[in-house]
Amino acid sequence: MGIDFNREVDRVARLARLSLDPDEKKHMADQLSDILETARRIQELDTSGIEPTSHVINIPVAMREDEVKPSLPLSKVLQNAPRRENDYVKVPRVTPPASNEEGK
Amino acid sequence: MNYEVVIGLEIHLELQTISKLFCGCSTAFDREPNTNCCPVCLGLPGSLPVFNKRAIELAVIAALALNSEVQRGSRFDRKNYFYPDLPKAYQVSQYDRPLARGGYLEFEADSGVRRVGLERVHLEEEAGKLQHAGNSIYQAEYSLVDYNRAGIPLLEIVTAPQIHSGREARAFLENLRLTMLYAGVSDCKMEEGSLRCDANISLRPPGSDRFGTKAEVKNMNSFRSVEMALDYEVGRQAKLLDAGSIVVQETCHWDEVNKRTISLRDKEESSDYRYFPEPDLMPLQLNNSFIEKLAEKMPELPRQRLQRLLEQYGLDKEAAVLLTANPGLSNLFEETAGIYGRYKDLANWIQGDLLYQLREQGKEPVEINPNQLAELLKLLDEGVINRPVAKELLSEMVQRGLSPKKLVEDRGLTMISGPQKLVPLVEQVIADNPEAVESYQKGKKKVIGFLLGKVMDLTGGRADPGEINRILKDKLKD
Repeated sequence: MGIDFNREVDRVARLARLSLDPDEKKHMADQLSDILETARRIQELDTSGIEPTSHVINIPVAMREDEVKPSLPLSKVLQNAPRRENDYVKVPRVTPPASNEEGK
Repeated sequence: MNYEVVIGLEIHLELQTISKLFCGCSTAFDREPNTNCCPVCLGLPGSLPVFNKRAIELAVIAALALNSEVQRGSRFDRKNYFYPDLPKAYQVSQYDRPLARGGYLEFEADSGVRRVGLERVHLEEEAGKLQHAGNSIYQAEYSLVDYNRAGIPLLEIVTAPQIHSGREARAFLENLRLTMLYAGVSDCKMEEGSLRCDANISLRPPGSDRFGTKAEVKNMNSFRSVEMALDYEVGRQAKLLDAGSIVVQETCHWDEVNKRTISLRDKEESSDYRYFPEPDLMPLQLNNSFIEKLAEKMPELPRQRLQRLLEQYGLDKEAAVLLTANPGLSNLFEETAGIYGRYKDLANWIQGDLLYQLREQGKEPVEINPNQLAELLKLLDEGVINRPVAKELLSEMVQRGLSPKKLVEDRGLTMISGPQKLVPLVEQVIADNPEAVESYQKGKKKVIGFLLGKVMDLTGGRADPGEINRILKDKLKD
């Protein structure tokens, strides 16, 4: 199919912020290749006349009324936060610096 | 060189529900950080989202108010990206099957009625809120996250690239806000972030059928800054093109302090959101009766109200536009007009002295009792009080909600009128001020103002100056 699975794994890993060692990369590339091969075989089936679907069961979506329910206590909310400051979750700066500090 | 400016806007509105889109956490704006959070909006494993029916209703109402075609079937997708304002590392949004397609907004512009087309209207969840340490986003070493906002229902409205200046973008936004306020779907407060706007802007030679390279402008926090930022971008891009240079596709931030746009370095493959259908939510099926019921209950929209103010009450356009732009004021106008028939006078008082007093005293139109307002204007019409007294009473009415009629009775503010009461006062003032009278009679006619003031003082400001003037002139002839 002409897909470079090693490159594809690199790309997806970068998007998912995963760092993979060479063995893991090879492992993932093989799996990705198998998965896409399976998908290719499924695509051979004649699906004309079949509604595209994203879910296998056909039930109406569940709805609830607009009512406030109790939230979690703050201690539970922040329990898994790696770092906190006061009642906030503290995270590294994410926005990249301006490419041109002088503006344009 | 001259260029055609092409602008498309992407607007986000927080819908006015009391609980979040997929869970029962409160949407209150002013709570302590991270106290409106639960396993669902924090994206904890094992939690499942359940639609808030009211959010769907409000989204449909908004779409209908914007003439957008509500889809009987739409779907929710995961938009995957890493940013700490998303606790789940994806946002539940809509991609290729949005809630509504197409539509338009019409509004009064300088050049008459303007129509701007829409691409789509869709529903998604709001992200959390980041606070950047340091003076600006660029200097921050770290950020603090509050997830109270995460999961509030958010409506996204995307316009067609049919806007051609910063001024027009601003007019569109102001009218969109008004329409959404009338429809009752959002409180649309730009300063609190419940209404936000991003813009795509590009330039091209007039008549060209290809779009130029666009820049995306973010971080515009007021209607004014939308206009300024887009005007700035027009200038920046025109300068580049004039110099034979090219515009780079990028995202910029509007810098409110320095009044310029600043480029953010292109996020690496930032457009690859790897959308896929949200497996935890069934596709949304809306039947005709659900949509029709909402359409039937659609509140009056700004253009309809404007038309009605013009036709039903015979207001002039300026007054009608002003009242329409302020739903609270026009509600007060209509309620008062039900019991007070001089519509133009009423409109004048409301957009003049009353509006001034409301601003002065930090009050809202809804706090004004229409009966009291009508009472006040009737007292004036019937000659019981004069204009200055009416203004004074209006101030007290706004401030303390006191009945003008009662105030008049309690304080004896009834107008002093008629020769029987006024002639003796005029004669007294003439007797007390022989010098002034002499100079008047020698031709210094302006002195009459001084004498008039003295008589007004004697009445405690409760007489009609015109009437005193007539009596004075008459007496001074003798």
